[in-house]
Amino acid sequence: MSSLPARESSAVLSEQRTEQPAVALISNKSASPQYAAYLRLQKRKLWLIRLSRIAVFVLFLAIWELAAAMQWVNPMLTSRPSSMVTAFQELAFEGELFRHTWITGLETIIGIVVSMVLGTLIAVLFWWSTFASRVLEPYVVVLNALPKVALGPIFYIWLGDRYSVYGMAVAISIIVTIIMIESGFKEISKTKLKLMESFGATRSQMLTMVLLPASVPNFIATLKVNVGLTLVGVIMGEFLSSKAGLGYLITYGGQVFQMNMVMVSIAMLALLSIVLYSLVDLLGRYALKKNHYE
Amino acid sequence: MPQIELNEVCLSYFTLKQETEALRDINLSIEPGEFISIVGPSGCGKSTLLSLISGMVKPTKGKVMIDGQEVSGTSPKVGYMLQHDHLFEWRDILSNLLVGAEIRKMDRKKAERKALELMERYGLGGFERHSPAQLSGGMRQRVALIRTLVTEPDIMLLDEPFSALDYQTRLTLSDEIFNIIKDQGKTAILVTHDISEAISMADRVMVMSKRPSTISSVYTMLFDEGAYLSPWKKREAGRYHVYFNAIWKELEGHVVSTG
Repeated sequence: MSSLPARESSAVLSEQRTEQPAVALISNKSASPQYAAYLRLQKRKLWLIRLSRIAVFVLFLAIWELAAAMQWVNPMLTSRPSSMVTAFQELAFEGELFRHTWITGLETIIGIVVSMVLGTLIAVLFWWSTFASRVLEPYVVVLNALPKVALGPIFYIWLGDRYSVYGMAVAISIIVTIIMIESGFKEISKTKLKLMESFGATRSQMLTMVLLPASVPNFIATLKVNVGLTLVGVIMGEFLSSKAGLGYLITYGGQVFQMNMVMVSIAMLALLSIVLYSLVDLLGRYALKKNHYE
Repeated sequence: MPQIELNEVCLSYFTLKQETEALRDINLSIEPGEFISIVGPSGCGKSTLLSLISGMVKPTKGKVMIDGQEVSGTSPKVGYMLQHDHLFEWRDILSNLLVGAEIRKMDRKKAERKALELMERYGLGGFERHSPAQLSGGMRQRVALIRTLVTEPDIMLLDEPFSALDYQTRLTLSDEIFNIIKDQGKTAILVTHDISEAISMADRVMVMSKRPSTISSVYTMLFDEGAYLSPWKKREAGRYHVYFNAIWKELEGHVVSTG
């Protein structure tokens, strides 16, 4: 450095200056009136969107209720929001609605965890051994294309009515997990691994120091896909065999022609998927932050 | 005794379709503390030569020796600097600097002290906890150099370390990196396709031919202005253009005969 001390320090200073994110420079206090107006406009737009979302929901319920009340549709077949509220109260207090929701939720979470862990292990195996990956590749392709619902009876016979739900949930989500995680591994730049190799890294060091941390955003994306897929699997499993859970309530309600029960269960299912998705979203934000991705 | 020696080294790539001869009969001998530049037409196997010296690729024929011992795998004596910095986004600067030390299972406290000292010395003090995205391209490349220096190699292999940077940063950084490497007393081999960079940084410039490549000639850089010039000064030195034109002519010959 001896030859160019002046240039060195000025370069660092200017680099520090450019580092300040442009947004931070404009604090609200010093904002020009035009900028304040722009901010107000953006805020108004955001609120309009939020209100419209709620309005769509309310309108949907209102038309539904009105259509049933005016006998445009047969409420025996469509149910109606007002009777759903009554049905909800009955089910909540006597029909153990929350227990069923809890069971479905728990099954889904266990299903997600199992297929994430197993799927990641298998993806790691495929990365570790090119031989294994090439041997097993066609099987993964076939299993991916196979409609997993067709395996329902097998799970029922092998695992019984309680555990077949997990079989179905994992069967539906694990293949996609393997494929997503594996393709994520492949996208991690070869030269990052070359750098590791130049330091004499072993394969397990490459895995723990590059592949897994670099895959954090991909893990989160996979997790989000898995919330939906595993729920499909769990409900499917409950349809086929179970004695509890929202899937069971829905088929049961259908069999005894209780559309209120069916509709309330579906509403709870929608709520459950929102909750699960939000949980994954929170977890994802935390993981990204912890790994300096934001 | 030369620090790096290549004896009759040949390298061929095999695919199911064909065999490609990349390097043929490479002979090379580099003394400790020397700075060597290698130029050649693109695809001539300049980077492959570095991979051979680093031990990541084994020669098909011939011997690669470092300090009189045959290279049989990556060695702590050799540090490699790539075209892109490849800093890990999920680590801050300091823990990026410790990647090599971590892989080599070096003493963490000692490595950390060394990293902090080098950061301070080479104008990165205070950036320990920054994330790589917050640094400019030139600073990131300096971090990459320090990451290699933390593992205390004797030999630095530089694989077009400036080619991803803009011209201005490139000139400044080549001065800086040259100084750091001389300051640390390392032997260095720089692969580049920039003739001016090759001349201004090296004690000797080796020109490679097209594939199957050999070293077609070696130029020893001697300037009337003095023996220890910075790259900047060498670009202004009298004989700079003589070397530039000679190497340019030779490379042109290789390119034309390829076509």
